[in-house]
Amino acid sequence: MTPDLTPHFLELIRLAATDLPPDVEAALQRALDQEEPGSAAYGALATILKNVELSRANQTPICQDTGTPIFYVSHPEGWSTRKLRQQIETAVVQATQKSYLRPNSVDALSGKNSGNNLGGHYFPTIHFEEVEGEVLTVELMLKGGGCENVGAQYSLPYEALKAGRDLEGVRRVVLDAVYRAQGQGCAPGILGVAIGGDRGSGYYASKEVLFRRLDEENDNPELAQLEKRLTEEANRLGIGPMGFGGRTTVLGTKITALHRLPASYFVTVSYMCWAYRRRRMIWQNGRVSFE
Amino acid sequence: MRPITIPISDEVIRSLKVGDPVSLNGVMVTGRDAVHKWLFETFIAKTRLPQGDDLEVYEAIKPLLNGGVIYHCGPVVAGLDTKEYRFVAAGPTTSSREEPYQGEVMRHFNLKGVVGKGGMGAKTLQACQEVPGVYFHTIGGAASWLAQSVQRVFGVYKLEFGVPEAMWVIEVRDFPAVVTMDAHGQSQHAEIEQRSRRVLEQLIGLET
Ligand code: SF4
Repeated sequence: MTPDLTPHFLELIRLAATDLPPDVEAALQRALDQEEPGSAAYGALATILKNVELSRANQTPICQDTGTPIFYVSHPEGWSTRKLRQQIETAVVQATQKSYLRPNSVDALSGKNSGNNLGGHYFPTIHFEEVEGEVLTVELMLKGGGCENVGAQYSLPYEALKAGRDLEGVRRVVLDAVYRAQGQGCAPGILGVAIGGDRGSGYYASKEVLFRRLDEENDNPELAQLEKRLTEEANRLGIGPMGFGGRTTVLGTKITALHRLPASYFVTVSYMCWAYRRRRMIWQNGRVSFE
Repeated sequence: MRPITIPISDEVIRSLKVGDPVSLNGVMVTGRDAVHKWLFETFIAKTRLPQGDDLEVYEAIKPLLNGGVIYHCGPVVAGLDTKEYRFVAAGPTTSSREEPYQGEVMRHFNLKGVVGKGGMGAKTLQACQEVPGVYFHTIGGAASWLAQSVQRVFGVYKLEFGVPEAMWVIEVRDFPAVVTMDAHGQSQHAEIEQRSRRVLEQLIGLET
């Protein structure tokens, strides 16, 4: 039996679109404290924080680009993924009517906007995974277009940066991606990095890793160290909030490693803007909670 | 913050310098990818014949853009069913996508200001010197906050492009922005890019 969770999915979307997660807001606040009062960087971060507060209070979208809604559904045995998909799609349409989401789904050939955020199998994007136990978890990320456009994938070795097939090579190309992005992805950003995989799985995993909390340490000590180093070095680039210059270009880095083919060594970077909208819904014994 | 009234005179434009915080007041028109492509192809390059209400819309927006400001923005709009439009969220979109068209659009319409995020390139900077005009940078993602500066929605053209891509005619009050490209050939974006390039080269040991 699959219960009707449509109203809860609507609440999940509302929460994601209008209420920035506490770990992200805290990181923005720390970034503000580090910038010079009176500088453009300080002004940008202060405005961003005001906007976050206002959106929460008024239940309006933090950013008008409410992005691609990407759902990760982990469900117990016996749930109908077909029904869950229908419910999620219904909630997406309702959220659009309520102005929590902007109509964002455009036919690539005709240029026509569907008007309700539905469009084929990939819009919204929904990943299903059956898990052990009796708990249903649904994670939602709203991934905006500006930051998605500055994502990058490198095939190593990458001669222009003398980037070889090792963590030093990874460091080089990730810094290059941050440099190329400048302020265009609404810095300060969060970097989701996947090492390995193929071109498809690399992008998939580089988004999935962005569900980790900012204060969560990587289990792999080598990657944990690289995450810290990349964040610190990216900030030395001085691009700053919105590309105005300043101390904060990146709020954090999250890295995951996948198996790869002997012939391939991809490094995939998904850039997430400061409007890092991700929320989780948990269903257990008919009770629903949100994180 | 220096208050600026739209339409903007050449004199005021020339007095603006990179780094100046301003607040914009008056009527602006939103326009992004579809609008710029349409304007350019139909009325400037003329590679496409006017269709439907194209010519009517052209005549209607000409006076608004003359001395005016275009805003790279795809808003969230409430009241679509009743046509009592209200901007709910209205931050800037990435301007660099309009780089192929912007300079020509500025010259054609005598457009004085472009509002967006992320800055634009050499062609737009050149047009800023000629027209003259400036680029106003506003805060990407600060959509609820910026929507508060939108006092009124007068109407919309080309809604068939979709809500984010249509031309919304809006009145703003105290709309906050910073000049990051001026009419004197200065661009904060070019400067930051060069500076960060040098740091990148140091960090990865590729100094030249
Ligand atoms: S990059 Fe993010 S914050 Fe910036 S406009 Fe896009 S969705 Fe909004």
